[in-house]
Amino acid sequence: MSLRQEILRLGLGAAFVMTAGTATAASTLETTQKNDEVACGVSQGLPGFSSVDDQGVWSGIDVDVCRAVAAAIFGDADKVRYRPSSSKERFTALHAGEFDVLSRNTTWSLTRDTAQSLDFVAVNYYDGQGFMVRKELGVDSALELDGATLCINAGTTTELNAADYFRTNGMSFEAVTFEKSDEVVAAYDSGRCDAWTTDASGLYSNRIKLANPADHKVLPEIISKEPLGPAVRQGDDQWADIIRWSFYAMVAAEELGINAANVDQMKSSPNPEIQRLLGVSGTMGEKLGLRADWAYQIIKQVGNYSESFERNLGENSHLKISRGLNALWTEGGLMYTPPVR
Amino acid sequence: MMLNWMRANLFSSWGNSLLTLISLWLVWVIGSGIVEWALIDAIFTGDNREACLVPGAGACWPYVGAKWNQFIYGRYPLESQWRVDLIFAMGAGALIPSMIEGMRGRRWFVLFLLLPFPVITYVLLTGGMFGLAEISSDLWGGLVVTLIVAVTGIVASLPLGILLALGRQSDLPLIKAICVVFIEFWRGVPLITVLFMASVMLPLFLPDGVVIDKLLRCLIGVALFSSAYMAEVVRGGLQALPKGQTEGAQALGLSYWQSMRLIILPQALRLVIPGIVNTFIGLFKDTTLVLIIGLFDLLGIIQLTFTDAGWSTPQTHNTGYVVAAFIFWIFCFAMSRYSQRMEKRLDVTGER
Amino acid sequence: MSDTPLSKSDQPGTIARLLRDGQVRAVLAQLFVVGIVVLLGWIGISNVLENLARQNIASGFGFLDENAGFGVNQTLVDYDAGSTYGQAFWVGLTNTLLVAVLGVFLTTLLGFAVGIGRLSSNWLVAKLCAAYVETLRNIPLLLQIFFWYFGVLKALPHPRDSIALGEGFLVNIRGVYFPRAVGEEGIAIVLFALLAGIVATIVLSRAAARHLLRTGQVRKIWLIGLGLIVGLPLALYFVLGQPLGLDMPQASRFNVKGGVRIIPELIALVLALTTYTASFIAEIVRAGILSVPKGQSEAAAALGLPNGLTLRKIIIPQAMRVIIPPLTSQYLNLTKNSSLAVAIAYPDLVSVFAGTTLNQTGQAVEILGLTMTVYLLLSLSTAGFMNWFNSRMAIRGRS
Repeated sequence: MSLRQEILRLGLGAAFVMTAGTATAASTLETTQKNDEVACGVSQGLPGFSSVDDQGVWSGIDVDVCRAVAAAIFGDADKVRYRPSSSKERFTALHAGEFDVLSRNTTWSLTRDTAQSLDFVAVNYYDGQGFMVRKELGVDSALELDGATLCINAGTTTELNAADYFRTNGMSFEAVTFEKSDEVVAAYDSGRCDAWTTDASGLYSNRIKLANPADHKVLPEIISKEPLGPAVRQGDDQWADIIRWSFYAMVAAEELGINAANVDQMKSSPNPEIQRLLGVSGTMGEKLGLRADWAYQIIKQVGNYSESFERNLGENSHLKISRGLNALWTEGGLMYTPPVR
Repeated sequence: MMLNWMRANLFSSWGNSLLTLISLWLVWVIGSGIVEWALIDAIFTGDNREACLVPGAGACWPYVGAKWNQFIYGRYPLESQWRVDLIFAMGAGALIPSMIEGMRGRRWFVLFLLLPFPVITYVLLTGGMFGLAEISSDLWGGLVVTLIVAVTGIVASLPLGILLALGRQSDLPLIKAICVVFIEFWRGVPLITVLFMASVMLPLFLPDGVVIDKLLRCLIGVALFSSAYMAEVVRGGLQALPKGQTEGAQALGLSYWQSMRLIILPQALRLVIPGIVNTFIGLFKDTTLVLIIGLFDLLGIIQLTFTDAGWSTPQTHNTGYVVAAFIFWIFCFAMSRYSQRMEKRLDVTGER
Repeated sequence: MSDTPLSKSDQPGTIARLLRDGQVRAVLAQLFVVGIVVLLGWIGISNVLENLARQNIASGFGFLDENAGFGVNQTLVDYDAGSTYGQAFWVGLTNTLLVAVLGVFLTTLLGFAVGIGRLSSNWLVAKLCAAYVETLRNIPLLLQIFFWYFGVLKALPHPRDSIALGEGFLVNIRGVYFPRAVGEEGIAIVLFALLAGIVATIVLSRAAARHLLRTGQVRKIWLIGLGLIVGLPLALYFVLGQPLGLDMPQASRFNVKGGVRIIPELIALVLALTTYTASFIAEIVRAGILSVPKGQSEAAAALGLPNGLTLRKIIIPQAMRVIIPPLTSQYLNLTKNSSLAVAIAYPDLVSVFAGTTLNQTGQAVEILGLTMTVYLLLSLSTAGFMNWFNSRMAIRGRS
């Protein structure tokens, strides 16, 4: 820590100023271990992905990624500090070191991977942009939306996709753009717009905020690819590996049929793949710089990908989103993990 | 009696009578509207949105009851809310005597508010010391954050504002220029751009690896912004003092800082108390802007509760806004009354 | 200072004497402060450069020529999704100016009305105006904007059930629509007649005012003025065969098409800004009027001037000298407060440029710098104009 940083700390009050590790001074893993918690950037509230209840407990599939990382590093999934950020400040905050992993329904794109200096480590939800309309409007396809008014969240890929889609199809539209997603929902609900467009998952997850969710429907067209996944700062490959494999451990567990309930039995499974994943044999944990039972802890405390999905988005949640693209590759989806060996 | 009064004050001429009738109509429309919405058609009991979904329903009061705790404390953990209550109690306990002129020991109360109180507040709110659980500022919200932003803004801007005002009055051209540029810059830009700056630009100005909490970044922005306004208020006080005061101090052989500390500032600051209170009222109202950068002040928390599906009804928005408006109004109205009273008092003493 | 080690060549006596010298101390103090400012600036800028380089974030204003690719729902200058960020900047700026001009105009009217109303001899009117001031100025503006936008305007019907206020005037949740006038041949003559009528009326009223000052007689000119401004252009309009077409708003599948439309975001913003700022202006006007000595109105009454004329000719001009400086700062506040548009999707400078454009490009320093500069220039130029206006209104010595 430089003198300048010391002085800043003294001057500004220690609890407000966190001196995060830098690539040169200490690796992200080392600082994380020192702080005894994973600093995780999440959304300001998107049910199913990352949202907080009245008691201050966070949940969602994006939250589960951070919990998995904490389980892998500390053996305790609760050692996470959540830092909500808006879509505007998320990248600045990640770069500034306010948190070390951004797990906040963020679309992986070339510009972000390069010019914004991020590293997307995996895709934990395959999404695409869709439209929601009132049933009474009698619209069955997005191609019938010529001349419609759209409510959009400002500063997202959504805004650009919508403009591209309408231009490509020779249609016109009027954009009403809001800074916060809750305002988008409120404005759409009030009838200010004919349609509301965002990631399909967002449409489903925010639908419950509408006064009468049953009066609305999502149109069949998906107009863009939105692979959402956790991102880290470029330049710390070990840290990127830890996040990547903490997530893949959950997918691998689903592939191998391991879940939170049976993980203890599975430890004695003769299957070498399972043995490697759970740390019974091999040195996978060591290679990542983690404990041997890293994946065991993830599965035990957070569950496999299917459990996380169903708990937060699927049948066991009030969102009832089907797996679709996010099913395992063996079941017609895109979820696929490189081999753990 | 009554009739005479009415004739003189309400129906003195044709035009006046017409105005009176229009006014009466306005009062009736607004008054009956409010009473109907807030009392007659309002829903008073219920456990969830079902209660307020009655067609033609007015205000949905049970929603306020259910969310009241969040309005005040945000997401501050229930078991630690006594810490906030303690701060409120201490603050009020010291503020009331320090506002009464002629109260014995008033000076000590003011001193307590300015020095140990902020430290105690800081320790109690954040915790992590003396066996108190640490509570991250992400969880702070509601009226607590509104008060923190407003009070910190005004307390931090006072010393800075005084220095800037002195600098602007100074004979030293370079210092004067710097102060003028600083003051005019902050007064010329909207607070929202300052807050954007604090949230997305300030991190770039810090050395690599130093991270400042979002709330603190916002506080820095607010303090800089209000210090410029404070400087202009203090300058007004400095200009109002007769020149004889400075000359007298010089004749006594006091240095610049001595004369400022002992003679000029005590008088000038007393004169500008109403101005300071008015700046505070403005700042208090402006704290609502922090919701735009994603902090949850009173209004921000109320908006957040709108997204709770369990309470979403056609009247939830209006009810929430009215509650917010009422809380803000009480604070601001009380403070503006206080500042008007001070103004009158100061006027009287000025005319001796 | 005294224990600072000195080099041998220096004579301690001279240094001490120099330090006591007022001028030397003044120079040193200034150098010290300037040094701190420069140092802080240097640290900040070097950090920014270092951080930008490390994070690979582009810098410079090159992005202004890049394709913006997003839509905006109210544009006063040419703009579509294929335009550049630079054009988006102008869209935002013109929208901000529109709100500021509308707001300043309306709030002045309302503020003066309420301010004068507070001093009305009618008890009820005075109390109503007082209640208006005390309520509105003690509630945060942002809350009032939300109230108008999410509370009041939300109650308007959907486009299919638009409220029709007479032929071609529609109101629904998407805005207020009215016919667009489309000029045909000959319209220029009518407009010219209108302009000439206004100019002539101003000249006449000035003459009448001079007449009043000279002789004390009131000349009623309003009938002539009405004839000049309304009658003559109207007559010409019909003589020339009504050279004006109307583009009527018409309901289409989703929205009302055609005509002129005012978006609800603009309505909510202007309403909130106007009513809020008016509560401050009312207080300023009241204080200004109260600052005019009572003798003035008594003297006017003694001269037999009617009440309205006293207010217009005697009280207001004198009160204006007290009113203008604080009024200026209210106009500035209104302009700056228009940036709250960002909360309700009105596409002003902050929303389009410091909002969307910043989010898309991530170039915080350039964009916020430019935005703040624009507001600074607006503030400084408004202040400059009002200072000039104020000096014109100042009491001039009699010759």
